[in-house]
Order: sequence, then structure tokens, then C-alpha cells
Amino acid sequence: MAVLVSTTINGDAVEFACEPDETLLDVLRNRLGLTGSKEGCATGDCGACSVEVDGRLICSCLMLGVEAEDREIETVEGMADGATLHPLQTKFIEHAALQCGVCTPGFLVAAKALLAKNPDPSEEEIRFGLAGNLCRCTGYDKIVRAVQDAAKEMRGA
Amino acid sequence: MQYEAPETTKAAVSLLAKAKGSAYVLAGGSDLLVRMRTGFIEPDLVVDIKRIKSMSEVKKTATGFSIGAAVPCAALGENKALVKAWPGLVEAANLIGSKQVQGRCTITGNMCNAGPAADSVPAMVAAGARAVIQGPKGKRVIPVEQVAIAPGKTSLKRGELVELILLPERKPKSGDAYLRFIPRSEMDIAVVSAGVNLTLDAKGVVTSARVALGAVAPTVLLVDAAAKAIIGSKLDDAALEKLGAAASAACRPIDDKRGTIEFRTKVAAVLAKRAAKIAYKRAGGK
Ligand SMILES: Cc1cc2nc3c(=O)[nH]c(=O)nc-3n(C[C@H](O)[C@H](O)[C@H](O)COP(=O)(O)OP(=O)(O)OC[C@H]3O[C@@H](n4cnc5c(N)ncnc54)[C@H](O)[C@@H]3O)c2cc1C
Ligand code: FES
Ligand code: FES
Repeated sequence: MAVLVSTTINGDAVEFACEPDETLLDVLRNRLGLTGSKEGCATGDCGACSVEVDGRLICSCLMLGVEAEDREIETVEGMADGATLHPLQTKFIEHAALQCGVCTPGFLVAAKALLAKNPDPSEEEIRFGLAGNLCRCTGYDKIVRAVQDAAKEMRGA
Repeated sequence: MQYEAPETTKAAVSLLAKAKGSAYVLAGGSDLLVRMRTGFIEPDLVVDIKRIKSMSEVKKTATGFSIGAAVPCAALGENKALVKAWPGLVEAANLIGSKQVQGRCTITGNMCNAGPAADSVPAMVAAGARAVIQGPKGKRVIPVEQVAIAPGKTSLKRGELVELILLPERKPKSGDAYLRFIPRSEMDIAVVSAGVNLTLDAKGVVTSARVALGAVAPTVLLVDAAAKAIIGSKLDDAALEKLGAAASAACRPIDDKRGTIEFRTKVAAVLAKRAAKIAYKRAGGK
């Protein structure tokens, strides 16, 4: 039986109905049309479904939609400010830190969470911090450079 | 499937006790949801404990720390007092999965999943942690090493759930450490692991110790002989050799794709020795 859930997504109050065993990722993609979060594995290994819930980075494939009641959820769709891209998004494009792009939303959300805690991470800290995000195309190097460059810009350096 | 998110421990116990069919506690869900998604289990009832306030906090108590069953591992790393008192335990908790997994997973879930390679369990066992269990017949408190009884099986009875993990009082000049062997540098399951916790006297002599090993038996092992090997020593080479030998002797591992019996037995000694050295240094020993 479907359950009614009230939550906040990217600052907006949102209501949806979902089955109790449906994941938050499925709710976002199939019920709310927020298809930025991707499903790479559905078992917590790839990070393509990364979102923040109450300020914590999580895999939306490992959370039930019903758990979202009264929580604050941030998805990749909330990163840009209207037509203005987030510095991480700009730098990913500048550094060509994506090829097929399936992993990119997850990397952006995870990198944003990483920089919020650590505005000036070392390369090692970036690689460890993003170890939960898999990319089959880029070889990671360009992603690390893009995050370093975005961090620099965000620090105003 | 029915989903419930009670706000009190009592309500959670009553839901679990009355459940017909299969009922599961949901903490971080990083094991439970994977098992649901891959079709290993089909719960009739899931009881989410994250709305229970008493289970969502880390508290410094008169006798140590109390860690709520719903506290995510990421929050343990953010608790400065806990990191200072139990750096090894927090390290172990923050080795679980990725940042994303740590945002949800709990040490209680790690323990109740009862995997032989659960990272936080050897650290908890070495720390002398106890689990506060609530059930239809009231409360009982048992050592963490008595929770898992076989791979995937716990000693919890129907209707019971873990409310808190209690860490004992931290004596001065104490330290703990946890190490695991994995073929990658992160995001992998321990092939072997070791947790060591010890206390020194003013001269740097080990006065008490606990040594626990993971992934070398069906459940995490508390190895008394390994602790005895270093008690009374300043962790000199002879004591370390005895520690390693006792650790290897306690291993009852399996051969699988991640490691052979021989490898696991040998590496258990190496990790126990290294973890003991780190714990010794953290306790202020030289
Ligand atoms: C990508 C990925 C990587 C991982 N890497 C690691 C790793 O490196 N090391 C490691 O040890 N584990 C790892 N795990 C496994 C898992 O993350 C851990 O075991 C975690 O600690 C489980 O905690 P949880 O809160 O998510 O548990 P849940 O999934 O919520 O629960 C696990 C089990 O315990 C039961 N349970 C939970 N809380 C209670 C309670 N209070 N009382 C009674 N029963 C309870 C549940 O019913 C369930 O059966 C990984 C998992 C994923 C998905
Ligand atoms: S889809 Fe969630 S981690 Fe891969
Ligand atoms: S760009 Fe294709 S997976 Fe990363």
C-alpha cells in the first residue's frame, strides 16, 4: 500500500506517494522526474545516486523513499543557481572531467559535500573522499583536477 | 511490506514482538537494503529506529560513552571527545564503505549483521564494549563478542533490539588501534583484521590489554592468550613475537577467493603486532 510522504527537496516542499519498499532513488527518478541521480549498481558501490540528506552524503539507492519524511534532501538538480552553474559544474566542463557522464552527478554531489567539510583538500584526501564514486571512463585524474580547481575558486584563492 | 518509524524504544520493541512474519530493524540500511534489493530477504515489517531520540545520540556518561544504535559512523568521526578517547574504534567505523555509506551505516548494524569481517566489531570487542538490548522481557546488557554467534546470526531473541553500545571508562595512558588487510586502499571487505586496546602504567608497562581478530573465524575472536602475551611487558620484541604467535594460533579461517587459510593466519599476527604498536604509542608508551 502506498504511503504519503512530505519532505523538502532542494529547498522546496514536496509530497509524494510511494511503496514502502521503494528506494529514494526510484522515487526521485520515477515519481518526481528528478533524473539527475543515476542508478549504476543499486547496491551502494558506485555512488552515481549520491544525494545529501540532512547535510549528510548518502547513496539514495540505499535509503527508502518513506524514510524521507520531514528530511531535507539536496540533489544534483539543486546545485546550479538558475542558469548559473555551481563552480564544481563549471570546472568539470572546463577540465573535461566527464565522458559518458553517468557518474558525473554523483561526483558533483559528493565533491560538494567533501568541500563543505574540507575546503582545501589534498589530492589524497580528494581520492579517499570520492572513493565511493566509480567512473568507468575518465581514469579519475581529470575529476581530481576539476575538484582541486573548483576548491581553489570557491576559497576565493 | 509494512514500514514503521516509532519514536520510542518501547514502541519499537512492541512492533517487533507483535510482528507476524519476518521483521527487521532498519538502522543505516546499508546491509538491509542491499539484501532486500538482491532478493535475499523479503521483510513483512521494517522498523526504522532513526526517529528514536535516545538511539540517535552519542553521550559522555559518568562511566564512559554511550553510542545510540542509530548514530551513523560519520557522526562518530565528528565527535572530538570520542575520537580522543577511542581513536581505534572510530577509525574502524570510518573504514566501513565510502563516505556515502558512512553517512548512514552504524556500528550496531555492523555488529547485528554478524559478518565475520565486520570492521567495527574487533575494535568494539577490543574496547570491551557492551550492547544494551531491549526486548519484551526488559533490558539486558551483554559484551559485544556475545552478539554474533555465527555468520549472519545473532543471539538476539524475537522482539529484541540493540538500543545502545556502551564503552567503558577510559583510564589514563590507554590507547586503541584497528587495522585491516584489503587488496585495495579503500572500499573493500577485510581479509583479516585486528583490534588492540591497552593501558599502561607510569613506566610504560602494559597493565591490561584486549586483542580481537576479524575475518579469521565464523565470528570475531577475543584472544586472551594474545593479550596475556603483552601484559607485563613494554611491548619489546619478545612480547610482540608472543603476541603474533598467539594471534596466529587462535585463527580458524576459511579458504576463499579473498585469502587462503595460510595467508590469513600469517597476516593476523602481522596486523596484531602493528596494531599493538600503534595502540602503545597512542597510550603514551615509547
Ligand atoms: C558499498 C558498501 C560497502 C561496505 N563496506 C563495508 C566495510 O568496508 N566494512 C564493513 O564492515 N561493512 C561494510 N559494508 C556493510 C555495512 O555497511 C555495514 O555492516 C554497516 O555497519 C551496517 O550498518 P547499518 O546501520 O547500515 O545496518 P542495517 O543495514 O540497517 O542493519 C544490518 C542488520 O542489522 C540489523 N540491525 C540493525 N540495527 C539493529 C538494532 N539496533 N538492533 C537489532 N538489529 C539491528 C538489521 O535488521 C539488519 O539485519 C558495506 C556495505 C556497502 C553497501
Ligand atoms: S546506484 Fe547507488 S551506489 Fe550505485
Ligand atoms: S564519465 Fe563515464 S562513468 Fe564517469
